[in-house]
Amino acid sequence: MKYFALLRAGLLRRKGRTLLTLLSIVAAFVLFGFLDGVRTVFQHGADNAAVDRLVIGSRLSLIQPLPLAHKARIEQVDGVVEVAYSNWFGGIYQDRKNFFPNIAISPEYFDLYPELVIPEDQKKAFLATRTAAIAGRKLAERFGWKTGDRIPLQATIWPHKTLGNTWTFDLVGIMHGTDEDDQRFTNELVFRYDYFDEGRTTGQGTAGWYVVKISDPARAAQIASAIDALFRNSDAETKTQSEKEFNLSFAKQFGDIGLIVSAIMGAVFFTLLLLTGNTMSQGVRERIPELAVLKTLGFPDRLVMGLVLAEALLLLTGGGVLGLALAAAGLPAASRHFGGQIPPLAVSGESWIVGVAIMLLLGLFVGLPPAWRAHRLSIVDALAGH
Amino acid sequence: MVRLAGVKKNYQRGRQTVEVLHGIDLDIASGEFVALMGPSGSGKTTLLNLIGGLDTPTAGTIEVAGRRLERLTSAALAGWRAANIGFVFQFYNLLPVLPAWRNVELPLLLTSLSAATRRRNALIALELVGLAARAEHRPRELSGGEEQRVAIARALVSDPKLLVCDEPTGDLDRHTAEEVLGLLQTLNREHGKTIVMVTHDPKAADYAGRRVMLDKGTLVAAGA
Repeated sequence: MKYFALLRAGLLRRKGRTLLTLLSIVAAFVLFGFLDGVRTVFQHGADNAAVDRLVIGSRLSLIQPLPLAHKARIEQVDGVVEVAYSNWFGGIYQDRKNFFPNIAISPEYFDLYPELVIPEDQKKAFLATRTAAIAGRKLAERFGWKTGDRIPLQATIWPHKTLGNTWTFDLVGIMHGTDEDDQRFTNELVFRYDYFDEGRTTGQGTAGWYVVKISDPARAAQIASAIDALFRNSDAETKTQSEKEFNLSFAKQFGDIGLIVSAIMGAVFFTLLLLTGNTMSQGVRERIPELAVLKTLGFPDRLVMGLVLAEALLLLTGGGVLGLALAAAGLPAASRHFGGQIPPLAVSGESWIVGVAIMLLLGLFVGLPPAWRAHRLSIVDALAGH
Repeated sequence: MVRLAGVKKNYQRGRQTVEVLHGIDLDIASGEFVALMGPSGSGKTTLLNLIGGLDTPTAGTIEVAGRRLERLTSAALAGWRAANIGFVFQFYNLLPVLPAWRNVELPLLLTSLSAATRRRNALIALELVGLAARAEHRPRELSGGEEQRVAIARALVSDPKLLVCDEPTGDLDRHTAEEVLGLLQTLNREHGKTIVMVTHDPKAADYAGRRVMLDKGTLVAAGA
């Protein structure tokens, strides 16, 4: 810490230039915080996936339905414990901007997701009421729903045979995940598959996807192959994936978020590298006589080198931490702007770790060349102005 | 204090090797104030750099304060300079964004002294040169003479045995130069500092106890 005044002096020698460089670093890391927050949200579903569940969809496309008749055959596959099925409903509550996932589920759904928490009496009510629906806790809080309410949803894909576009559900329960922040359960609405299947005008006897509980996660690949083999060359071929793979491919419908974020941030950090590198080199070039004086006074070459390197690291980490802190402060507001269509955005611990690692790496890249130059600086030449 | 024997110094200028000093023999006793004089290009600053341990000789031996400098590594030489030598330059070479006392404190950063002791010693050094009241001023807020006095305080703060001054009055008007030279003389007479000063100015050399003349890299005369 005794050298802090020297570091500060180096950085404040050209206040305007340092401030502009600092602002560019802050801006870059604000952007990183926001984009990585989005990436993390899309990754989150995959990270929460269970290893003992497989998801079966059509080999052709996620939106291609599979016959309900597949269920009985899947249940026969060695290693399969239980099978549930679901269908995306895509209904709208009052306004399109009120987006949330709403899904028709088979009764086995609750058995396959033990991490889903719902009071037993509410589960019984769900199984006993054909028009029953269960809402996630955050979703219910968002719209002020309580059990006993009737929830109307406007169909966008599946009109009702007699009710037209408006489907009505009776809210019998509120659910959440064992992990309170697990967005899969707290932000969605589920209702009974039989009510959905009988009411819709087309597509009866099909399911959007199956979820399979398996006895041994180590045999997941083998069981997936066995399931797909059952339906090979049929009208409805299947593609069986681990839940994690399925969630990732579902998220990739929006684009490869990780790749997009990496590409943007790669360009941003590369520009930052050039900008900050130029600033540091220029700063050291201007201070060569001062560095020579330090060496004259007895500062060893390594110490002078360390001081220049520390300046670069201080600039990068100072700006970077400030940028990430601003992103962390701004992300909740950005989340509110999305109206709950995506889970709450935040700068995760992982983002902080990656961010700080990038700061240090950039600091080293930026600081090493001028630091090495300072190390090799000849006092006599520098004092003579050569 | 200083003993040079057969000191030669060559520089490489492109493909040419230029011998700047041609076998200098010189003794400076402890407590002496020596003015190193000579025309431009005579090798004064080169000789001063060798005595101050900023450069190493091509041939010959340099013993200062009991150490053979040509035998020291770059790192050892840096440590030796910090402990034994105070430097004063023509253009002061203060760090512009640091206040006067922080500039004076710089050599003490290499010691194990506490922050409070470093500050106290820096202020004492500033008081010695008559600038205690300007401790918080930055170099641009000081006159040339005051800047040079801050530089002298910086040279003194670690209590070195030898002060090495390169044209310390070269950038000052006559009156201010005399003040600075008077200060150096006081340091020599009252505090026993050995001083080697490069100067063009015969009036400045009058403050020294002995003059050493260099011409074309050779010692041509030495006397009081």
